[in-house]
Amino acid sequence: MSDPTIDYHQMPDARGHFGPYGGRFVADTLMAPLQELAEAYEQLKRDPELQAELDDDLHHYVGRPSPIYHAKRLSSLVGGAQILLKREDLNHTGAHKINNTIGQALLAKRMGKTRIIAETGAGQHGVASATVAARLGLECVVYMGATDIQRQAINVFRMKLLGATVVPVTSGSQTLKDALNEALRDWVTNVHNTFYIIGTVAGPHPYPMLVRDFNAVVGREARAQMLAEYGRLPDAISACVGGGSNAIGLFHPFLNDPSVAIYGAEAAGHGLETGEHAASLSAGRPGVLHGNRTYLLCDENGQVRDTHSVSAGLDYPGVGPEHAWLKDTGRAQYLGITDAEAMSAFHQLARAEGILAALESSHAVAQGIKLARDLPKDKLVLVNLSGRGDKDVQTIARLEGISL
Amino acid sequence: MNRIDVCFNALKANDRTGLIPFVTAGDPHPDWTAGILHGLVRGGACLLELGIPFSDPMADGPVIQKASERALVKGMNVRRTLDIVAQFRQTDSVTPIVLMGYLNPIEYFGYEAFAEAANAAGVDGVLLVDCPPEEAAEIQSLMAQHGLQQIFLASPTTTDTRVEAMARLAQGYVYYVSFAGITGADRLILDDANLRLDALKNMLPVPVAVGFGIKSAAQAAAFKGHAAAVVVGSALVEALAGAESGDEAATIAQQFVEPLGKALAD
Repeated sequence: MSDPTIDYHQMPDARGHFGPYGGRFVADTLMAPLQELAEAYEQLKRDPELQAELDDDLHHYVGRPSPIYHAKRLSSLVGGAQILLKREDLNHTGAHKINNTIGQALLAKRMGKTRIIAETGAGQHGVASATVAARLGLECVVYMGATDIQRQAINVFRMKLLGATVVPVTSGSQTLKDALNEALRDWVTNVHNTFYIIGTVAGPHPYPMLVRDFNAVVGREARAQMLAEYGRLPDAISACVGGGSNAIGLFHPFLNDPSVAIYGAEAAGHGLETGEHAASLSAGRPGVLHGNRTYLLCDENGQVRDTHSVSAGLDYPGVGPEHAWLKDTGRAQYLGITDAEAMSAFHQLARAEGILAALESSHAVAQGIKLARDLPKDKLVLVNLSGRGDKDVQTIARLEGISL
Repeated sequence: MNRIDVCFNALKANDRTGLIPFVTAGDPHPDWTAGILHGLVRGGACLLELGIPFSDPMADGPVIQKASERALVKGMNVRRTLDIVAQFRQTDSVTPIVLMGYLNPIEYFGYEAFAEAANAAGVDGVLLVDCPPEEAAEIQSLMAQHGLQQIFLASPTTTDTRVEAMARLAQGYVYYVSFAGITGADRLILDDANLRLDALKNMLPVPVAVGFGIKSAAQAAAFKGHAAAVVVGSALVEALAGAESGDEAATIAQQFVEPLGKALAD
């Protein structure tokens, strides 16, 4: 539910807090670089030339605006509301991630940094970072959990083709959270010449804000397209939430529209009751990790737990602090979608519409289908199709016992 | 008076630079840590930093990461860390103990419950790596209600403006991180560190200790007259990792710090 007394666009506060969440919980060495980054970002926001450069890149390089596609066959098969897809899968590099890396690369260039580092889970953010680094002629080092390197081999090769060095992370659970730790350790060591492109709306302030702002082009476009093409706003919007960058990108421009119901789909893995999932908002409690306070999946001693999701991009024990705040205020609802539900939605969309969605985005599609099913035919449900599924075909084949 | 203040007052009165060893609680074995702490005191430690293991130690290098992992596998947590302190306090009521770690395990324990239990166990201060002064207000006041000092980090990237802000909140001592990097790295440049230490001394109302990358007696001795105390962590943790019994671990601890303590005393 939307609370009319809250202006949802006034967050975070000057110190990067979203209510009790967010903040800047890092070792002292990173405090000054984060402040520099925040100041550089404020300049970029106020500089019309840089804004024009960003818009130009988004148009000519990324291929924006991405269309809203009316999934008519899927809608009629579901038999409820009309399902609309925001086609972020059509962006250059195949996902929404490029919206953010284009913006942060502009900042890196502005700040005179010569080296880019990034963390990646599924590899989409790593590819998007390697892409912008190649374009600027900057060195690029991508940290990736050894487990994720195994299950996302194609993206690892893509990053290498783009000239990036992919460093396997073998500490901890060897997944995205450990890649983030290792990237932070690199940054603290090489802070004089290195720009850290964080790939999601987590991390210390100003990252959750600036990653959100760079991705909010998705929601701004979608809102304008809905008004232009359908003459009204959607009744409900749906996006998948791991760290939550595509979701906040879609949600943010709609937060002050009370008629729009907002739904985030978390990875419920094998089911919330099994403990094998990555649904930090649905099943976690607040804590501090990776520089911000937010909902986390931990054991009773505050040690961060191993998570599970069929999609590497959602396999993260935390979530962006703004989502934590939106959950507490009730403005957005976060529901769990299991591996099985996501896989089923993947196939439904492929057969009904000829679109292979990323497994991450398939969670949002599954939630969109559930929402549409319970609504009359004249309602509109907008789903963020945040990425394409080409990277996942090997995983899907393996899960279904098919050898390629 | 807090044991930390007593310790630094004595160092100052004797014109000495103190030695602060760091070990991870529960590594190599939870039953050995109290003995290791006593060994360190026998070897010349003036204050002890005891690490609370965490699954995601983002400021630590591989040595302390692995020590944390080993300790967690053996069931270490905040409660048991406090039990170790209480055990140590049965026969040492003088040496100050600062618990060092990350916020999340303490947040899950509950700040108020932690402050109360830590005070009861005989802890004197906390150094929360991911809690800079900007985020510390509430936590620091809860700790203070139970007699615990919150120790802050400063680093080569700390601006003078932030040092001034830190000066208003600092208690006990400030831990100066000698280089931009993670614990245990080989990046220490003594002259650079001493230059900054001399400046910080004049800006802060509390003593300044220095740590990160200090492995030898010669390196430690180079800080005499510049730092109030020298912290040695990763090198010690690495030396302890091979111990096969509690007695052996305590002996390794003592023998490791003795030459450093002696170099600082000479």
